[in-house]
Amino acid sequence: MPVTTLRAQGIAKHFGVVRALDGVDFDVHGGEVHALLGENGAGKSTLLGVLAGVHSPTSGTIEFDGEPYAPRNPLDAVRAGIVTIHQELCSSPDLTVEQNIVLGREPRVQRLGMRALVDRTHVRRLAEHALDRIGARVAPTARVADLGPSERQLVEIARALAFDVRLLVLDEPTSSLTAVEVERLFAVLTSLRDDGRAIVYVSHFLEEVMLIADRFTVLRDGRTVGSGEVASAEISGIVELMAGRRLDEVYPPRRDRSRMAKEPTVLDVRDVVGKTLPREASFRLERGEILGVFGLVGAGRTELLRTLIGLDPARQRNIVVSMNADVRLGRGPREALAHGIGFASEDRKDEGLALDLTIAQNITLSGLERHARYGFVRSSSVRAAAERCADQFDVRRASTEQAVGRLSGGNQQKVALARLLHDEVHVWLLDEPTRGIDVASKSEIYRRIHALADDGVSFVVVSSYVPELLGICDRIAVMHRGVLAQSRNTSDWTEHELIEVAARGAGRGSVQGKKAEA
Amino acid sequence: MTSGSILRALRPCIGLAIVLTVFALHPQAEGFLSVYNFKIVANQTVIVGLAAIGATFIIVSGGIDLSVGSIIALSSVVCALVLRAEYGVTLAMVSAIFAGCVCGVINGLMITMLRIAPFVATLGMLGIARGAAKWISGEQKVDVPPAALESGGLQAWMSNRPDPEWLWFSPGVWTTILLALIAAYVLRRSVFGVHVTAIGSNEKTARLCGIRIERTKIAIYSIAGACAGLAGFMLCARLTVGNPTAALGIELDVIAAVVIGGASLAGGQGGVLGSMLGALMMAFLASGCKMTGSATYVQEILIGTIIVVAVSVDVLQRRRA
Repeated sequence: MPVTTLRAQGIAKHFGVVRALDGVDFDVHGGEVHALLGENGAGKSTLLGVLAGVHSPTSGTIEFDGEPYAPRNPLDAVRAGIVTIHQELCSSPDLTVEQNIVLGREPRVQRLGMRALVDRTHVRRLAEHALDRIGARVAPTARVADLGPSERQLVEIARALAFDVRLLVLDEPTSSLTAVEVERLFAVLTSLRDDGRAIVYVSHFLEEVMLIADRFTVLRDGRTVGSGEVASAEISGIVELMAGRRLDEVYPPRRDRSRMAKEPTVLDVRDVVGKTLPREASFRLERGEILGVFGLVGAGRTELLRTLIGLDPARQRNIVVSMNADVRLGRGPREALAHGIGFASEDRKDEGLALDLTIAQNITLSGLERHARYGFVRSSSVRAAAERCADQFDVRRASTEQAVGRLSGGNQQKVALARLLHDEVHVWLLDEPTRGIDVASKSEIYRRIHALADDGVSFVVVSSYVPELLGICDRIAVMHRGVLAQSRNTSDWTEHELIEVAARGAGRGSVQGKKAEA
Repeated sequence: MTSGSILRALRPCIGLAIVLTVFALHPQAEGFLSVYNFKIVANQTVIVGLAAIGATFIIVSGGIDLSVGSIIALSSVVCALVLRAEYGVTLAMVSAIFAGCVCGVINGLMITMLRIAPFVATLGMLGIARGAAKWISGEQKVDVPPAALESGGLQAWMSNRPDPEWLWFSPGVWTTILLALIAAYVLRRSVFGVHVTAIGSNEKTARLCGIRIERTKIAIYSIAGACAGLAGFMLCARLTVGNPTAALGIELDVIAAVVIGGASLAGGQGGVLGSMLGALMMAFLASGCKMTGSATYVQEILIGTIIVVAVSVDVLQRRRA
């Protein structure tokens, strides 16, 4: 009988009118790896925030080792023994490994009657002990900025150990790791579990989850919708549990393009090389086609799109053919838009929307001149155009004069996409188009993308979520360490193969085998 | 309009109403609400008000301008020098605006081409323009020749007894009102104005949308420079002298007016008319303090308090939203 380490019951968290969590039951025992699953926007991040002391729940109770657990801030959580390691590792890059490991409770030494100085020998001992424990071969004096993502992750785990962690939370820990690094991480996690510590594991990659996790809990729309033993579960069952509907309802059916007549090429990208990433990328995009791009975090997928649009500098400016006109890269979004190429970034709040402005202003921002006479905007013209685009994407709104900042995540994303509609671009470059939004909005966006593709608009979709790519794309290409490999028809890919190729590269993956066969 | 922006628009009105009420009820501030006093206060608002028109554009775009005071001083000296060379008042005004505009363009170029943060770039200009003013004036006040004052009509620009009398306010006040109305309309309704707001709200998004960020920013700082130049002309008209050490520290009054007027230093929010009310409020406060015989430090503490209260009310309200 394992002891219950953490038990959360009826957790709700409301942000204004948005119910991010609305009745979550969740329990983790010492000595197990517990997978927390759910689609983007299901409430995983908010639940992790509650555990980490970032959010305090609106209602519900949490017990940790039989004591009520209500951290008022992240430090409280860490003191209680709950440490969260985020996908974006948040160590201080300018400090050394050992400084990071003890950051926030440096052992001190008394000098001149004050305990103001760091006890450096003690720090070294703590750091070395923690690093040894997980078998990390990292010098305590190395600067964290000089380490790779895998080593930085190990440093954070070492830091958690130095805090005497009892519940370790890992958010998407493998999204930037190679296959070898994933194996090493799993070995570390297994040994921590065997110590009797509890591990909460959040990941999009269900096959990995099946390997490492003992039990799982699925969230959907802020609620717990299922939990159980991994050993007796099937991936397809979990995926449908996460989506809350049959998969063919989430992903609308798509014609098989490989059997259709060849369409003209609208975009022919040859040997794009960025400042650091991408290292090499070429692809062709046909009229009305949806090309998916998969890869690990840091593989250069985002950089590929940003280089194409001219937001990142291109080292080699090769020709991109767009609708019979030769376009040179790297002149900036204005030039790209003029040639009918538009981009929606992965972080709409940081880059994509102006939250202070209205829906109408956001939709028309890049083409405001069209609605102006003598430099002054005709608001009736703006409103009419915005209404039309917002309607097409089904933006739920009181009026287009509403500030975008007050909309829900799904609706904000629809506004960001509706702008591309207003720009009348025929190539849409979409970076994580459904990150952090609810399933209903996702499904609507997929339908819209398909409808536009049927009308001849072409898409490049970058996503970390494999079912999404398999569900909506015509072809998928994998990016590995800055190199974009040859694409294949979606029906020729499986989730396992995509992850395999993304982690190992096409050279050693099954693509080579395929070539050899041919 | 969301409820937040209505409250934001009300902020300067509430501030102004409080200042007016306090001094109207104060026994020692006799004649505070008189027409005569209102004319004087309006006249005293002109310099800060004109500069605040430009500063509103800068702050809404997410920038800051610390060089306003120095540019005003430089322009007032340029104005006086042109008058002393007997070129006439019109040319003096044009030269003052031009001098201010040049400083603004340099600010804009430093910020866009050299990619210096606005705070640092305009801090540099604060020193450069002040130094240039002292240099061209030989570190002395430059007297305007009497001919330009009377018959040339320089003094009339800022006179409390305008000619003809039905004008009520001095031409300087009317110029400020007119410019403020135009600027408010431009900021709200023109393509340029929406682009300014978009840059301040989220510069990356603006870039993504193909807005020419560099060009727009240079335009913003040039406009602000020109406004400061015009303010320098008005200063010269009021003091009848070009003073290289005038308008010291006025940039803080200008920023305060814009912030009290509802703008956010983070950019994306603010309006010209609000800034004007903010400037007016500060002038009324100064006038009231003078009438009641309060020391200047009382006035300084009050203005500081009002800024902090105005902004914290806004922050609190946002946090609740």
